[in-house]
Amino acid sequence: MNIAVVLKQVPDLVEGLEIDASGKAVDPSSVRYILSESDDHALEEALVTKERLGGRIEVYSLDTGEAKEALVTALAKGADHAVVVDAGLESAPDNHTAAGIFASIFREKRFDLILTGVRAIDDLDGSLGGLIAGFLDLPYVGLIRKVQVEAGATSIIVEKEYPGGCAAELAVTPPAVLGIQAAEQPPRYVPITRLRQMMKTATVEELLVPPVSLQPIGLARLFKPEEGTGAVMLAGSLEQLSQQVTGLIAERHLLR
Amino acid sequence: MNKDIVVVAEHFRGHLNEITFELVGKAREVAQSLGGKLIVFLLGHDLRGYIGELGGADVIWAADGQEFREFTPDIYASLIGSALKVSSPRLVLLGSTSAGLDLLSLLSARCAFPCIDSCVRLETKDGSVIATSQVYGGKVFAEVALPEETTLVAVVPGSFDPEAGRIKGNPEVQAWTTAPGTPASRVAFRKLIEPPPGDVDITIAPVLVGVGRGIQNAENLSLAEDLAAALGGAVCASRPVIDQGWLPLTRQVGKSGMRVKPKLYLAFGISGAPEHLEGMKQSETIVAVNTDPNAPIFSVAHYGVVADALDLLPALTEEIHKTGMKKAS
Repeated sequence: MNIAVVLKQVPDLVEGLEIDASGKAVDPSSVRYILSESDDHALEEALVTKERLGGRIEVYSLDTGEAKEALVTALAKGADHAVVVDAGLESAPDNHTAAGIFASIFREKRFDLILTGVRAIDDLDGSLGGLIAGFLDLPYVGLIRKVQVEAGATSIIVEKEYPGGCAAELAVTPPAVLGIQAAEQPPRYVPITRLRQMMKTATVEELLVPPVSLQPIGLARLFKPEEGTGAVMLAGSLEQLSQQVTGLIAERHLLR
Repeated sequence: MNKDIVVVAEHFRGHLNEITFELVGKAREVAQSLGGKLIVFLLGHDLRGYIGELGGADVIWAADGQEFREFTPDIYASLIGSALKVSSPRLVLLGSTSAGLDLLSLLSARCAFPCIDSCVRLETKDGSVIATSQVYGGKVFAEVALPEETTLVAVVPGSFDPEAGRIKGNPEVQAWTTAPGTPASRVAFRKLIEPPPGDVDITIAPVLVGVGRGIQNAENLSLAEDLAAALGGAVCASRPVIDQGWLPLTRQVGKSGMRVKPKLYLAFGISGAPEHLEGMKQSETIVAVNTDPNAPIFSVAHYGVVADALDLLPALTEEIHKTGMKKAS
């Protein structure tokens, strides 16, 4: 089983997030970039599959200045090959542009499975995996929590999440693209010493592709929700806060 | 392109999903403003029971057949895509749901229709349509003036009033079937997997203590369990806690988890990503505790506390014990 995993960097929401002067993008200097959480799960699911069946994992990421650490981390976890894709982009593109670039790569270089995280926090124009599948005319299923591949089988069995804790079991004929929500086990951890060592020695292939010019959706503006709307904020020491919360539970008869 | 609006309906186990009524209600308003028709696209098997509940539609497009009995993205996208190409509506509304999100990206790429996800507001202004979406875990809104061509919009459940779309009636029905020569589906439905039984049912608990990433590790869950026990409630969680395996799937609140409406929802260390808010914002009283004063959870909470969940949990449990408050039942 040959698997490609597409990885994307997104702002760490723990940090404050500022909108830049254009009003249409997040100010990159205000944020720290981290691997998109569901992409981490997509990589984990690929690693679990490889451990069961063998095969090869290649990880891909667009070069928007932040990709190398995630790619080397993936190598440290067990990926076989890492590719940073240089399409002449200065910042992270919208998903249609990114999917167009990846589709042109995967049209040439075939994989049985292409895994991505089902969504990233900065997605506005659909999910990357679904768009790649659509451009390549491959089947796609998103919100996957389990991928089962049996040796010699012609289809891949996946569990797609539905509301209420339910899931649909689907059989997908490869080659296919899957949008992973959660791997069947928490993503593995790479000790920082090993990562530092790998950063010095690992090889990441640089793939130069022609820039893609797709018309991005016309974003009018980004804005933050107004502060001070919503909750009545309580203040005080821990003891005072506990008394206030207990008080309002009693006053509003919330336990009756 | 015409001025019509198409709503892609969703149903599960014989009932139309709430999101369908939300979309129908909103689409009626937008269709009236633009001067177009409202079309509801219904795919499945044995659809007769749903038609009468979709009186808000001018026309129902019904694709009724064994192959549509269960949702599979490949064949659903094929049929919807071919219908949309023929009819060129102004707007196509889907739910930002498990099925809707698959369709959104597939249709956008296959048919070259622009698309917008995570929409929470939709309005018309001088004939143009403006969508507002939540991005960055609900910390930022993105406003988009939709292009003047067939555009797909996926709406976050809970954004619009379902009552506006719950209209009985007898709309005109037009049948759609898969065109001859359509390739066989590469995705097949096998079975529905139910959540494992035997755990606490958080959808009926009168009080819920919800925990998120701020709980930090599995050991700290006992602090939430203690508070839930003192109040007569149960512990539930947002996605990251479930993905770590600290609590079972049955305790998950949000898009893939349960939708809860307890009398009291105490949120500890939950930032309030849209996927979580979708499942709990209808709770009667919400008290949120988070170290980040800008956490989106405070926009749906009635009371907010900027504090570390791990500090306030034991302090609050102690205070509840001290007052000798009678537990919820």
